[in-house]
Amino acid sequence: MDIPKLTIPEIQKGLRTRQFSAVELAGEALRFAQAENPKTNAYLIFSEERAQAAARRVDEQLARGEEPGPLAGVPAAVKDVIVTKGLRTTCGSRLLEHFIPPYDATAVTRLEQAGGVIIGKTNCDEFAMGSSNENSAYGPVRNPAALDRVPGGSSGGSAAVVAQGTAVVSLGSDTGGSIRQPASFCGAVGVTPTYGRVSRYGLVAFASSLDHIGPFSRTVHESALLLNTIAGRDPLDATSAFAPVPDYRESLDQGVRGLRIGLPKEYFAGLASDSGGQIHKGIELLKKLGCEFAEVSLPHTEYAVPCYYIICTAEASSNLARYDGIRYTMRSKNATTLSEAYRKTRGEGFGAECKRRIMLGTYVLSAGYYDAYYLKAQRVRALIAQDFRNVFQNVDALITPVSPFPAFKLGEKLDDPLQMYLSDIYTITGDLAGVPCMSVPCGKTSEGLPVGMQILTKHFDEPGMFRVAAAFERAGGFEV
Amino acid sequence: MATTTAPLATPEMIARYEPVIGLEVHCQLQTNTKIFCRCPTSFGAAPNTNVCPVCLGLPGALPVLNQHAVELAIQAALALNCQVRRKSIFARKNYFYPDLPKGYQISQYDRPLAEHGWLEVTVEGVKKRIGVTRVHMEDDAGKSIHDGFKDSGVYSYVDLNRCGTPLIEIVSEPDIRGSEEAYQYMTEIKQVLQFAGVSTCDMEKGHLRCDANVSVRLKGAEKFGTKAEVKNLNSFRFMKQALDYEIARQVALIEGGGRVTQETRLWNTELGETVGMRSKEAAHDYRYFPEPDLVPLEISEAWLGRVKAAMPELPAARRARFVESYGLRDYDAQVLTLSRAISDYYERVAQTSGDPKLAANWVAGELPGLLKADGKEIEESPVPAEKLGELVGLIAKGELTGKLAKEILPKMYATGDSAKTIMEREGLKAMSDTGELEKIIDSVIAANPKQVEQYRGGKTAVMAFFVGQVMKATRGQANPATATGILARKLA
Repeated sequence: MDIPKLTIPEIQKGLRTRQFSAVELAGEALRFAQAENPKTNAYLIFSEERAQAAARRVDEQLARGEEPGPLAGVPAAVKDVIVTKGLRTTCGSRLLEHFIPPYDATAVTRLEQAGGVIIGKTNCDEFAMGSSNENSAYGPVRNPAALDRVPGGSSGGSAAVVAQGTAVVSLGSDTGGSIRQPASFCGAVGVTPTYGRVSRYGLVAFASSLDHIGPFSRTVHESALLLNTIAGRDPLDATSAFAPVPDYRESLDQGVRGLRIGLPKEYFAGLASDSGGQIHKGIELLKKLGCEFAEVSLPHTEYAVPCYYIICTAEASSNLARYDGIRYTMRSKNATTLSEAYRKTRGEGFGAECKRRIMLGTYVLSAGYYDAYYLKAQRVRALIAQDFRNVFQNVDALITPVSPFPAFKLGEKLDDPLQMYLSDIYTITGDLAGVPCMSVPCGKTSEGLPVGMQILTKHFDEPGMFRVAAAFERAGGFEV
Repeated sequence: MATTTAPLATPEMIARYEPVIGLEVHCQLQTNTKIFCRCPTSFGAAPNTNVCPVCLGLPGALPVLNQHAVELAIQAALALNCQVRRKSIFARKNYFYPDLPKGYQISQYDRPLAEHGWLEVTVEGVKKRIGVTRVHMEDDAGKSIHDGFKDSGVYSYVDLNRCGTPLIEIVSEPDIRGSEEAYQYMTEIKQVLQFAGVSTCDMEKGHLRCDANVSVRLKGAEKFGTKAEVKNLNSFRFMKQALDYEIARQVALIEGGGRVTQETRLWNTELGETVGMRSKEAAHDYRYFPEPDLVPLEISEAWLGRVKAAMPELPAARRARFVESYGLRDYDAQVLTLSRAISDYYERVAQTSGDPKLAANWVAGELPGLLKADGKEIEESPVPAEKLGELVGLIAKGELTGKLAKEILPKMYATGDSAKTIMEREGLKAMSDTGELEKIIDSVIAANPKQVEQYRGGKTAVMAFFVGQVMKATRGQANPATATGILARKLA
């Protein structure tokens, strides 16, 4: 077993031809992940018991001649902002250091029902707030492609484990680029589905109207397969969509000849030359495959960053109110009154980025400021969404860079939050509009750092997005 | 907390002023499950047992709106003559409190469920409409318990069973002009909501709670005075006391050359005073914004139509029907529609007995006396409606006299037995056998020759004496009218 390169089809074949059992695979995968983890700090928690139990179920089903599901035996990792019953879920925060949820997220339940084996929880920026994974209370994650660099964030751990080969697939969450940006930094496939496509039940909320759960993998096929299993209406999430889920695998072999692809001009200015060069190589490849390209415009793009940071901080300020020291085990020992318990617990418990966003969000929702900030931001958001609807009347997909620059060095942008916020400039529009978008590897810079190419399609057109991604992958685009 | 007793205005001073009151009424909807999860709403469970990730506000849990709660809220809105919005929005009301586990309440803000309603009240015989500004839905918080535990001096306890209980808030216009009007308004709200089946409105269980905005102005003045909000009005009686106190306090302030400050005050039951709680400057900024975890609540024409069609009969309509179909007097109809429980009880007695008018006398007259002496509500009556109906039916058929029935009812009340069981046990029955009655009458006549003489001498008032004697001899089992007829014949 070549654990770090194992694919889902290989696992299915191996299990069904009795080359190895799911329990053996889980054991091997866990040993490998535990041995490799000190290099990256990508895993926060390993779940040996849970993994063994899930693997045993798969083996028993196979022994009885039953079909254990499309993810049977697949070692998977879950970002630590997604709750797991009986398994510590810290959200990368001191405040939840000892929090053991009494229930599973819907995506976790579905992953395991499909036979997936969760081997651990992955590191991330505290409450998914960050673009470098340096905001974790449990130390940063190092990029497996360059250990002195960040893996991106906030789903840095989930991107890193897939790139490192310590999991076959993983679940991350994306609010402003937190799946696609780390996927691009680490050289993985990362998918942010349409808002409402995957239930948020059990995803610890950062900004509810922007939060998505989505898959990471090394191949397009595996992300499509994982999304197949976790997508679909969930009665426990009022915002989850009723639309039926097509089998995303069916779109993978369709080819891209004749597809019309838009290049939004606002996304190609200010791009680091190395990254930009790679994206253009990717575009050339798609041209060779028969795609027709046209320059298009998403005119409200320039307002996306301020709009995003008003909406996401406003929602965060409310979502994070519950970590008040009354529950979840941590309470400041220096507090003598209720008011002090709130202030000191939160003051001592939250990291700087969370505090920054709570304060910003509290401010923009305050009496007298609501109309000028939050309400206006919602109007801008509607205009950004309209930009996408307009442009998708003329093109089938959009191609853009994922990040203005490749993975940066640990500590490089830590003292400059604005610079950090700008690293999301190409990804936050997709979240604001709620359209499906993904990052696929698109070669490397001259320094050998992975570059990601973003593919966006209209609402619920995940099949169209996967179709482009799969054709690109088959043509060697990942190493272009 | 300050216990300085504020000077109160004299009745003469108060008479020169007009109070202006608006009420915010919170009412618990009578659903089986909570507003955003499936936990039961039952009262009295062990602390922190009727809870789940959603109502505990655990990280990652999401609310899902209870359809039945929406339907009850719509019924309340319709009963209060409101216009129901086709699309309303839930909003988060953010504040910190230990019994608020999410750190926000899910309520409605700028687009509530319903608006522009009214309710009619009668004060001193005059009918008046009180405007209902809005009706919106929200979830309840938990309960902080500050005393009753060994370590209550150091710790407060939190019970989250109540978290997520569905509420509606009914906000009135500042149309109320005194504590009596407020009392009538609350009575009417309670009655209407009970009839609509929206809420049991049980104040002891906190199903109906009320805050008041109070100001005063010189009679004839157009501008409203500065208002104070008075909280913690947990019974009709407290509300009336608190309003009267607050009006007198504000008038005294103004008469003394001072001014009312805008603040929140708390009714202190023990002191019998309102006490300042927080000033306008210290007021919460709730930072309302649309709840992103819920989609807008859209109520289609068809859904609204279905809810309307399923709407139970409201008190006014029921009163009219009682007069119309049962031939009741207005007063009886009024008494028998004081609560839905009374109305329902009465209708069952009327049906079982077959004599609605007679049933009205018993439900409005005899039974309440027994209940009152026992401190019970009609819902708790040991005499079920069907058994009282049987008793009334026996009277109607002439098998029992009213007098005898009045003796039997307390026994039914005490034992829970039916009228027939008691009659059998005690050998009681109406003496419809005139043969037997005639024998008794003969013996009464024989035993009272003096009175016979008087009667025959033209003093017919003596008849009452004879009837009394017959009733005594029959232990009330004789029908007085029948006895009078026989006596008249025999004495003639």
